[in-house]
Amino acid sequence: MRASWLRWAIPAAVVPVLMLLAYGFKTNPREIPSPLLDRPAAAFTVTTFAGSPLSLEGLRGKVVMLNFWASWCRPACYEEAPALERTWREYKDKGVVVVGIDIQDRDEAARAFLAEFGHSFPNAPDPAGRIAVDYGVYGVPETFFIDRNGRVRFKQVGALTDELARQRLDTLLKEPS
Amino acid sequence: MIRGLAGVLATLLLLAGAAGAVPVDETTVHDVAAQLRCVVCQSLSVADSPSETASQMRGIIRERLAAGESPAEVRAYFVEKYGEWILLAPPKSGFNLLVWVVPFAGLGLGLVLVAVVLRRWSRKIPPGAPAGVDPALRERIRREMSETENP
Amino acid sequence: MIPELGYGATVAALALAVWGAVAAAGAARTGRTDLLRSGERAAVGVWVLITACIALMLYAFLTFDFSVRYVAFNTNRGTPFYYRITALWGALEGSIVLWSWLLSIYALIVVGQYRRRQPELYPWVLSVMLGVLAFFLLVMTVPAPPFERLSPIPPDGRGLNPLLEDSGMITHPVALYLGFTGFTVPFAFAVAALIVRRTGEEWITITRRWTIIAWYFLSLGLLIGGWWSYHVLGWGGYWAWDPVENAAFMPWLTATAFLHSVMIQERRHMLKLWNLGLIFLTFGLTLFGTFLTRSGIIGSVHSFTQGSIGVFFLAFLALVLLGSFSLLASRVDRLRAEGVLDSVVSRESMFLLNNLFLVAAAFTVFFGTVFPLLSEAVRGVKVSVGAPFFNLVNIPIFLALLFLMGVGPLIAWRRASAENLKRNFLKPVLAGVVVAAIMRGLGVGNALVLTAMALVVFVAGTISLDLFRAVRTRRRNGDGWAAATLGLLLRQNRRYGGFIVHLGILVIALGVAGSQAWSVQTEVTLQKGQTVDLGGYHVRFDGLEATEESNHAKVTGAFTLSNGRRGETVLLPGRKFYPQEQTPIAAVDYRLGFLEDVYLVLGDFSRDGSQATVKLQINRMVSWLWIGGLVLTLGAALAILPEARRPA
Repeated sequence: MRASWLRWAIPAAVVPVLMLLAYGFKTNPREIPSPLLDRPAAAFTVTTFAGSPLSLEGLRGKVVMLNFWASWCRPACYEEAPALERTWREYKDKGVVVVGIDIQDRDEAARAFLAEFGHSFPNAPDPAGRIAVDYGVYGVPETFFIDRNGRVRFKQVGALTDELARQRLDTLLKEPS
Repeated sequence: MIRGLAGVLATLLLLAGAAGAVPVDETTVHDVAAQLRCVVCQSLSVADSPSETASQMRGIIRERLAAGESPAEVRAYFVEKYGEWILLAPPKSGFNLLVWVVPFAGLGLGLVLVAVVLRRWSRKIPPGAPAGVDPALRERIRREMSETENP
Repeated sequence: MIPELGYGATVAALALAVWGAVAAAGAARTGRTDLLRSGERAAVGVWVLITACIALMLYAFLTFDFSVRYVAFNTNRGTPFYYRITALWGALEGSIVLWSWLLSIYALIVVGQYRRRQPELYPWVLSVMLGVLAFFLLVMTVPAPPFERLSPIPPDGRGLNPLLEDSGMITHPVALYLGFTGFTVPFAFAVAALIVRRTGEEWITITRRWTIIAWYFLSLGLLIGGWWSYHVLGWGGYWAWDPVENAAFMPWLTATAFLHSVMIQERRHMLKLWNLGLIFLTFGLTLFGTFLTRSGIIGSVHSFTQGSIGVFFLAFLALVLLGSFSLLASRVDRLRAEGVLDSVVSRESMFLLNNLFLVAAAFTVFFGTVFPLLSEAVRGVKVSVGAPFFNLVNIPIFLALLFLMGVGPLIAWRRASAENLKRNFLKPVLAGVVVAAIMRGLGVGNALVLTAMALVVFVAGTISLDLFRAVRTRRRNGDGWAAATLGLLLRQNRRYGGFIVHLGILVIALGVAGSQAWSVQTEVTLQKGQTVDLGGYHVRFDGLEATEESNHAKVTGAFTLSNGRRGETVLLPGRKFYPQEQTPIAAVDYRLGFLEDVYLVLGDFSRDGSQATVKLQINRMVSWLWIGGLVLTLGAALAILPEARRPA
């Protein structure tokens, strides 16, 4: 290799690799952006823990907050459960429905969870995981905000807070039907 | 005979009634599952993962195949729900082609480099190289030497 | 008490390491022996202090001292005694302690071995090693201190990650780290040789030995990791191309390349530049590996945690790579090749190809591992790069390497004549082709498997042929077959140690090929008393049983396995429910065999025990991986033996 600058090619080549690795600090490998945003929400029909049927179609015209949870999901599901109930109580007369879907759980454990937090909004089990996959769920808790026209507008991965729920719901409620 | 015929007819009607039902080969389920990434593990496929989620996903794959969908359609369904990330190897199109092409390109480049280096090494003939030694004799010496000690 | 003592020891060790590195460097530049001695004493002091840290931590574990945060987060009162010891390296902070401790031991060995033998290189070597130690001690002090106090003291701890409650936990990390840290020594020697411009032959001999030792431990670590994955994780596989597995595999590939190309440098004085580059690359890759595991930038089953620790590692990685390659670039003139070839068909070219393929494989693995990051940076879209990619791209490379393994050792240096080629390769090639044809006739259709088989027979043929001829020649001195063979192995231990390592790789290759091509599996839900058949085996579900262990609850399924030949066995796969874990952990059960393993994973089950879902696998040829690993171990041990002295 005659050219004297060529020898510095190798150290120089290392730099872009290091920069790429540094970029990695800004990303979170566990956070997968949802391809469902602004697309129609997948339909489902379930039987709630109370025994009544519930379908997403039947909720058209209302804003739906669809929350995926499990009794073994500690601590996040336990942290957000009171906030869910509070949000439901505040918004149920404003045209919002909160629906909880319980995944990969045992019946008694799920019912115990519901009893512990006194959830008064409809909750149903998803025994075969069909609904979870239909919504691209990869962990719990995850919450989807569906507008009046049945489109998924926001997705929250991880525990939900009162403020966040309020913010999302207010945005969707302001929109015309 | 009549009863046998009626039995066959009933079975056929039953099969027809289960509209589009296709007997599912477990190998096909495994093949499709092997191309999908288990969402709760880090690098395992849905076929390999022992997790509950993977088990449920295999069930959904089985259901869809049984309903007549092709493996490509089942894969497309999962991509629609989870994004490209759910495929264990990126589709061979667009930017993703890079990951398929670059390693082979690198190998090719390397082969070229090796060829260049070898040619450069064999071009330098050392001065005063032994001349006039019969190649057959040289070979015999080499053979004898390698038989006693092959370094 | 313990948190404060431990932290104090850590800080003191850091200070000593920094002083020692500076003193040794000063001694190197000025020739002052008092500085050098001071640096040596610092190295000893560092080892003593880190050992004290380990002793303190072990004491805390064994006495359930939950005032130490690390102890509280990684054990609880139910954790069995031996796992309380291995919990030391079970999480991030402790793993750095283990790394530092092993590195300090290597530093001590270097002090003992080379203070008199290598007076020119030694001061810089010591400085570099203490410098690297200082970095890891810095990590132990700032971003990942193991001796943090937990207040208030909890009544019980969280418990060890249940996946780590396994015998593999005792050996896998230690072997792996002995490998990783071991590469620091050849790195230090390479840097020293470049700085003092003594790039002659001594440094390569020293470096070669150390690289074999580190390579050996790394190989062991990788194999044990595969075994651990196979019998603990419950998926029946041994390698998932997980990013952190890849990160350990890459330095193994480049180290293997070095072990081969070093032979060209020793014999023909060529490739000096390349070899130095390989050592720097290997050490850099070990740092890259720890960076990946600990920074959290790429998700992995091995990932410990995120936080600022990633920044530390990236900064150090940048320093090492940029520094060492710049040093190399500045000394390029002294590294001109001296040798010459007469023909492209020669051993030199085989070694070059060997290096090319190994480095290409390392590059492929690297590119696949970071591609998800690249995709996100460029397109903003997350993609996954997993087993289908790595298998597709690496298989041709590994087959080519198998071929070279057969050709390389027997082809002549400088120029291979037609006669040489015919003599050494005709019979093995024929043997390979014949075996492939026989297997095809027996019904094996998979082209890859046939190619792999043919190559394995070819390579085994070349090795046997060479060994046979060499022993036959020795026998002319009057020895019997056994004595001649043993004498040959000991006398030329490097060559034949290498051959045995190659044999080990062959066995592993057969295991990989066979297990990928011939394993079968199925998943069924069985009622009590129901059976399922697969691969000639008959499995019956007999029922479930629930038990309470010291730190978890377990549900075990009883499955009776029979295949008509070996009688019945009862396998007990289970699911373990740890209170601190969100989902149950699979406890697989298996029956290992020489040719095939039967592997059962318990899935979902009904409360009353009347039915259970089970995944049944017949994994073929997997045992050959472990057998091959054993052979590889023996070969490496033989190769490491000091060169036998010639008889008078």
